[in-house]
Amino acid sequence: MRAFILRLPPLAAAALAFGLGLVYAVVFMEQESDVAVISLVAFAAVAAFAAGRIGLIRRASLAAGTHPGAVAAMGGCMALALIAVFAEDHFPLLMLATVMLYATAALGLNVQFGYTGVVNFAGAAFFGIGAYTSAELIGKSVLPPVLVLPLGGLIAAVIGLVLVFPVVRTRGHYAAVVTIAFSVLFKTFLEVNDTLGGPQGQSVGPVTLPGWSFADGPVVFGVETSFYLNYALAALLVLGLAFVMVRRLERSWIGLALDAVRLDETASACYGIPIRRAKILAFVAGNLIIGVAGALYGSMLGYVAPTSFTFSDSLILVAIVLLGGMGSPWGTILAAAIVVILPEKLQAIQEYRFLLFSVVVMAILLFRPEGLLPRAVRRYLPVPQNEEAA
Amino acid sequence: MDLLGQYLVNGIMLGTIYALVAVGFTLFFGVLDVIKFSHGDVLMVGAFAGFTAALGAAALGFTNPFVQLAASVLFAVSGTALLGAAIAKWLILPLKNAPRLNILLITLMLGTALRESVRLFYPDGSNPKAFPALLPSTAWQFGNFTLRADSALLVIAGIAVIVGLHMLINRTRLGLAIRAVAQDEETARTMGINYTLIVLVTFALGSGIAAVAGVMNGLYYNEVNFGMGLLLGLIGFSAAIIGGLGNLYGAILGGFLFAALQMIGAVALPFASAYKDVFAFAVVIALMGWKPTGLIPERSSERV
Repeated sequence: MRAFILRLPPLAAAALAFGLGLVYAVVFMEQESDVAVISLVAFAAVAAFAAGRIGLIRRASLAAGTHPGAVAAMGGCMALALIAVFAEDHFPLLMLATVMLYATAALGLNVQFGYTGVVNFAGAAFFGIGAYTSAELIGKSVLPPVLVLPLGGLIAAVIGLVLVFPVVRTRGHYAAVVTIAFSVLFKTFLEVNDTLGGPQGQSVGPVTLPGWSFADGPVVFGVETSFYLNYALAALLVLGLAFVMVRRLERSWIGLALDAVRLDETASACYGIPIRRAKILAFVAGNLIIGVAGALYGSMLGYVAPTSFTFSDSLILVAIVLLGGMGSPWGTILAAAIVVILPEKLQAIQEYRFLLFSVVVMAILLFRPEGLLPRAVRRYLPVPQNEEAA
Repeated sequence: MDLLGQYLVNGIMLGTIYALVAVGFTLFFGVLDVIKFSHGDVLMVGAFAGFTAALGAAALGFTNPFVQLAASVLFAVSGTALLGAAIAKWLILPLKNAPRLNILLITLMLGTALRESVRLFYPDGSNPKAFPALLPSTAWQFGNFTLRADSALLVIAGIAVIVGLHMLINRTRLGLAIRAVAQDEETARTMGINYTLIVLVTFALGSGIAAVAGVMNGLYYNEVNFGMGLLLGLIGFSAAIIGGLGNLYGAILGGFLFAALQMIGAVALPFASAYKDVFAFAVVIALMGWKPTGLIPERSSERV
């Protein structure tokens, strides 16, 4: 088996991995009983271990390095196929869209944490700023709702600029306290502020395009689909854009500079890398991505309340980044799927999710700090097809 | 005047609690150069331990409030001291050579785990608990201004703890060892100081002091709840930072400064008092931008 996998072209290995993942995801989403879900989770753990042993994961990640575009396209096709399978069901589509939006937000955090080493424990707050932007502007202003989505990102980035000064002037721990304070106070602020709806929150209008409201399920080939189909497709689009942007950023000189700043500030300053500019860029770009995801999320749920954007939710976002592997976009998406779907499918652990994921992250940090799918070294040059996995 | 006096007493009270929390952060940062973000939640665990002990003593038939108080403080301090040492041994020391971000993350996650554990597993833990009033309820009247005996006792106790810590650090062999480890790990080891032991003792010490702050907080507000540690820890950390991390007196100064900011926010500002924390933190963030190493910085030079 191992010999067969190692002879497989990397792209074929990646296709195989995505295909297996797709089948597994469809089977998993259809399960209702706790027993079935738990046994499938156990099966996934064993299968992932086996895939690691026979070299499938390594072969597939090799493809992600040599043919990033093709692998990304495969991932997109897999998501489209999943959405198509569940096109008529509300709940699975809602979950898929939530996974994709959380993954998008976590990609934004990844730019800050994983590349630049700028800590941000206010992820859920910036996500919330996007969602509240949707709540305040969709249907209540003259702006077309589609424009509100990028605006949510912009506003998150602009509010983030308030924190930039202390975050950039200080290092590591000090920046942490600034963002934690912001995160804790954001919820307090929302609760005491009556114009934003107070503790009860407020409803959010649906996104509309000319002649197309996201509140109605589109009829495709005569089949009445769920209205969440719109949001799932939009979430996929947002995730795709964020993914491409993050990958381009990583491969550019800017990404190289960001990594240098994380690894050694003094050395990068000596080589003429503008540290402040790098940190500001990462912080603003990350918050922008988080805010756009939040704006779409708010509109999809149709409702925003302060309790959805607490400090614990920020830590969940951080947990996604760490679980997937710092700086690893594919890992982030995988981790987002695990962190979002598992508590939803296993209602027994829903109440315990903050405890569960904090313990999981502690274990990850102690025993496997590189995460589930560790970040690969950059490959600037195409490598020969027959190259053995490093 | 009377209202102002009340705010003043209130501010001194809160400042003492904050200073006790900040001292812990500064101790940990001194010996290991790490930030233990679970400190606030350790404090919360201490407050719950004290609460349980007070109830337990009452259930065992000790009706004297002073016995209950002694049981409460003793149990809270010893419990959290053990917890603090355990955290240092199994979570922080193993990660000593990992990127510093990892220690920050692991302690943050530990804080969440402690908070959630109390919420989920303590009997009816998700609701606030009424902390028994164990201090005498006498009050002295000075004109319009009332001084409550319990506030006075709490402030005196808090200041006694701070002075005791000062003596411990500056006048004893243990304090000498702690200062030596804080200054230079390798030299301290060469001089025959048991490094690991001193680190564990320091973490136990800092956590025990946090438990005192937790019980004080419970006695003062007559309430403990699972979420109290998050904000208190954040305030203690901010206080330690604006004072200058690693400096004991900076932490105390920072604690009182933060309480003063909160009082100013509550009294002098035109907004609702719900914004007093927002105001205090905004000033702290501005202060950090202005003096990133704190008001009384630790003397250091960077080795490259």
